[in-house]
Amino acid sequence: MALHTLLLEVIETVAPNRGGAGGGRADRARPVSASLRPPPFEEFLEATRTAVYRFLLATAGPDADDCFQETFLSALRAYPRLRDGSNLRAWALAIATRKVVDSARARAKRPRPVADVGERASATDPAPVDGKDPVWRALRSLPPRQRAAVAHRFVLDLSYAEIATALGSSEEAARANVYQGLKKLRERLGNDDGSEE
Amino acid sequence: MTSDAAAGSRRAARRIGDAADAAGLVDVAYGTVDTPIGALLVAVSRRGVVRVAFEEEIDDTVIELSDDTSVRVLRSARGTDEVRRQVEEYFGGSRHEFDVGVDWSELHGFTRKVLRETARIPFGSVLTYREVAGRAGNSRAMRAAGNALHANPVPIVVPCHRVIRTGGGLGGYGGRLDRKEALLRMEGALL
Repeated sequence: MALHTLLLEVIETVAPNRGGAGGGRADRARPVSASLRPPPFEEFLEATRTAVYRFLLATAGPDADDCFQETFLSALRAYPRLRDGSNLRAWALAIATRKVVDSARARAKRPRPVADVGERASATDPAPVDGKDPVWRALRSLPPRQRAAVAHRFVLDLSYAEIATALGSSEEAARANVYQGLKKLRERLGNDDGSEE
Repeated sequence: MTSDAAAGSRRAARRIGDAADAAGLVDVAYGTVDTPIGALLVAVSRRGVVRVAFEEEIDDTVIELSDDTSVRVLRSARGTDEVRRQVEEYFGGSRHEFDVGVDWSELHGFTRKVLRETARIPFGSVLTYREVAGRAGNSRAMRAAGNALHANPVPIVVPCHRVIRTGGGLGGYGGRLDRKEALLRMEGALL
């Protein structure tokens, strides 16, 4: 449990308000089955932007702003045909998750001159999630789906059902991704207190 | 640190309108411009200016425009740039005629004819309700002409303030006659 605790501690420092506006237990209590008419796009953007951005900061780091823009442009493209507005946060996070995966693939292909990293870092606003923090660095070094799953679970406090929606997978696969991600994080960060049974 | 994600996402969200406009994803772009008669909302569809609203109507107008989610309505400086610039020039005195398209698609019948005729009234001059009705094809339909002007979705750009009563009374202007007076004074049509 050491890593879980460590992550939760980091998350408490970074995002103590994770149960607040835009994502939390209150709106999870809403029945998912009810089919609601989607609100105007700008209302949707306002209601989901913080959760999406928090997720992207944790998983895409310096690409967070680009991913954010691509997420909402994709959402906007699909919006006129959207009929069910009952679970828009999960819908937005699902798009954001795909953008993180795409961006990780593009980044892996792209040659990376050293200057590129520095430029990108300064072109973005000061990274709210500390880019130098070993936990966040380790999180971003995970394969994209595991990274997304862990961030959904621990940064946004999503249920496994919601993570499954966001990943476009079964709940089992969502659990597996969180589990594998945590396992790798534990290896990469070292398990200092040896309390694992 | 909590506010970082909120503030960062607010900054990023503000850029969505312009990015969407650049990507051709906006059906109606809106923005505001400050004028001597208060803030004005301008909304521009793919066809042209579709709405101009006065300060106190702005919120309701945005809600009304955004209600149909099959139409993508976003605040965008980029998408409203040309119209806002021309409105500023008009109030600054350097522009007497708007050189922007108007979206006539929601306007039909006599209303459309009346507003089309109204759009032709030059800066600084006025017509009576009877004259506008006549140009639209029925000089006895003064009341209908008045209703059409009252329902003008694009005031200023289609200058319904240039239509007054026979005998010189100002007539109506959406409950804010002081604005009609200010506009006519600014154009030199009233002393």
